Amino acid sequence: MRAWFSSARIFWGGLILLLFVIVGGLMPWFAPADPRAWQTYPRNRKPSLDHWLGTTNLGQDIFWLLSWAIGNSLLLGVIVAFFATLIGVIAGLTAGFRGGLVDRVLSFMMDATIVVPSLPILILMASILKGQASLPAIALILIAFNWPFPARQIRSVALSMREREFVHMAWFSGESAAAIISRQIFPYLRTWAMANFINTILVGIAVESSLAVIGLSSADQATLGTMIYWALKYQAILAGRWWWIGPPVVAIILLFVGLFLLASGLGQRSQEARGR
Amino acid sequence: MLGYLATRLLGYVGVILFGVTFIFFLPRFLPSDPVEAMLGKIQSQGQYMEEAQVEALRSSLTDAFGLKGSLFEQYGRFLKRILITGDFGPSLAMYPTPVSELIRNSLPWTFGLLLSTVLIAWVVGNAVGLIVGTRPNWKISRVLEGIAILVYPIPYYVLGLVLSIFLSYIWPIFPLTTSVQGAPWTWEFVVSVVYNSFLPAASIVLVTFGWWLLSMRALSAAIAEEEFVHYARLKGISERRLLGGYVFRNALLPQVTFLALQLGLMFNGSIICEILFAYPGVGSLIYTAVIQGDYNLLMGTVATSIIAVATATLVVDLVYPLIDPRIRFK
Repeated sequence: MRAWFSSARIFWGGLILLLFVIVGGLMPWFAPADPRAWQTYPRNRKPSLDHWLGTTNLGQDIFWLLSWAIGNSLLLGVIVAFFATLIGVIAGLTAGFRGGLVDRVLSFMMDATIVVPSLPILILMASILKGQASLPAIALILIAFNWPFPARQIRSVALSMREREFVHMAWFSGESAAAIISRQIFPYLRTWAMANFINTILVGIAVESSLAVIGLSSADQATLGTMIYWALKYQAILAGRWWWIGPPVVAIILLFVGLFLLASGLGQRSQEARGR
Repeated sequence: MLGYLATRLLGYVGVILFGVTFIFFLPRFLPSDPVEAMLGKIQSQGQYMEEAQVEALRSSLTDAFGLKGSLFEQYGRFLKRILITGDFGPSLAMYPTPVSELIRNSLPWTFGLLLSTVLIAWVVGNAVGLIVGTRPNWKISRVLEGIAILVYPIPYYVLGLVLSIFLSYIWPIFPLTTSVQGAPWTWEFVVSVVYNSFLPAASIVLVTFGWWLLSMRALSAAIAEEEFVHYARLKGISERRLLGGYVFRNALLPQVTFLALQLGLMFNGSIICEILFAYPGVGSLIYTAVIQGDYNLLMGTVATSIIAVATATLVVDLVYPLIDPRIRFK
């Protein structure tokens, strides 16, 4: 029953994510014009055969803009997740296996970074950089704030692994530390690292879009958050232009539910694999 | 006891120093000169300024960024300003009101919003999660878990946006922006506060409720399988005591630890919610500071948020030993 449930989560989450990867990763290549450019099409059109999701007040086609925004949001999330997980795994393993002072310093940095509220600091940075805050700069700061979550967990796993028999066995038979980590311990963490990776994609996209919604993300790029920002700025809700504000909101909800289903499904898998 | 307290207090001071040091160094690593950028921004807003005024503003900004004197002096002054005097200078947007006064007026709003939402979501989420975790086959359990899975991953502000579209525009039940009426602490005032805070609070409660439900479900399902629970059941203890005293009590501890870890994230979420609903808390103040280019206010609010979240975390940490009898003080 439980195994079925966890794979149902992975199935639906994976399906939703696949849809987004197709829409965000492939569709933008077929866009007839730069979706970000203003005044390309007639303004404020309702959805029709010509414009599947209608057009914005700025004369952009919402369907192509949305696919472009999804692509950017996903790319940002994946980059943040990749580096945050990588740094987290390295820091966590180092802290867990080295112990002593190294562990204490690293642990303090993890705890402090988790407790410090990141969004005010991001807002501070973005507002100083106003206009120049590029997506890579935002990604960099997001990585700086997101590595401690995997690091903490990896550290605690490493601490418990250190005393397991098969690890002792490997030590005594003369395996190097790198070989033990990659061959004995990593298989245990593989599924978990994937779950964390997916989860960090979610966090990355969420934080970038919250910055964007208050107008602090990159001014000349389109992400799901900036789409909502422009729609709010031009009073799309008051004017009853549901086709403008609706698609990015629905897309964000669907994307996050998909990512969460996938992450939690993988998380359950990894718990089962570790025999818990 | 003293040892435990000392470790926690040391950690508390450490976290605040870490955060404050971070915002001290941040402007230094950015490619643009923050002082000149701010000056340009203020001047571009159309105000004509005398050369002397520009100079005065430049020196005030340099001071606000902590850029006066040698690096060591700068750091010392910066720490003193934030940690000891709590003086962030006058607000540039609402000159000459001191930043500390603006913050003092908005802190109770954010505090009230977060405290009430965190408490409601935590209590309800854990209670429901206990039932869902220990009665996984009930239909209602599956429905509730499904709702939690759908709601939890949505960011607060997106949910807030959806709520406001439906409950302020389509069916105008709740106000779109906050405007509190009545003299402080009259009945009218309290009703008005609750009415105005309903939508931002609801979006925070719904999302965090999902999280507490899901984690409580996982914890209580695991604990219900443990041997001491089976033993207690075989001994003939009532189901109610079993759930309350055995399962819940043990699942409570990690949930309190999670609470301490989640406070920062919840604060992040509440900032955007406040901005969305023009709720008069610290989040909206941060937004005002950004829009107006008010650097004193920005630095003040960011530093205050770091200290406030660290303090709240410390309080949760100090409560922890009270509910975990296994912690022994030596």
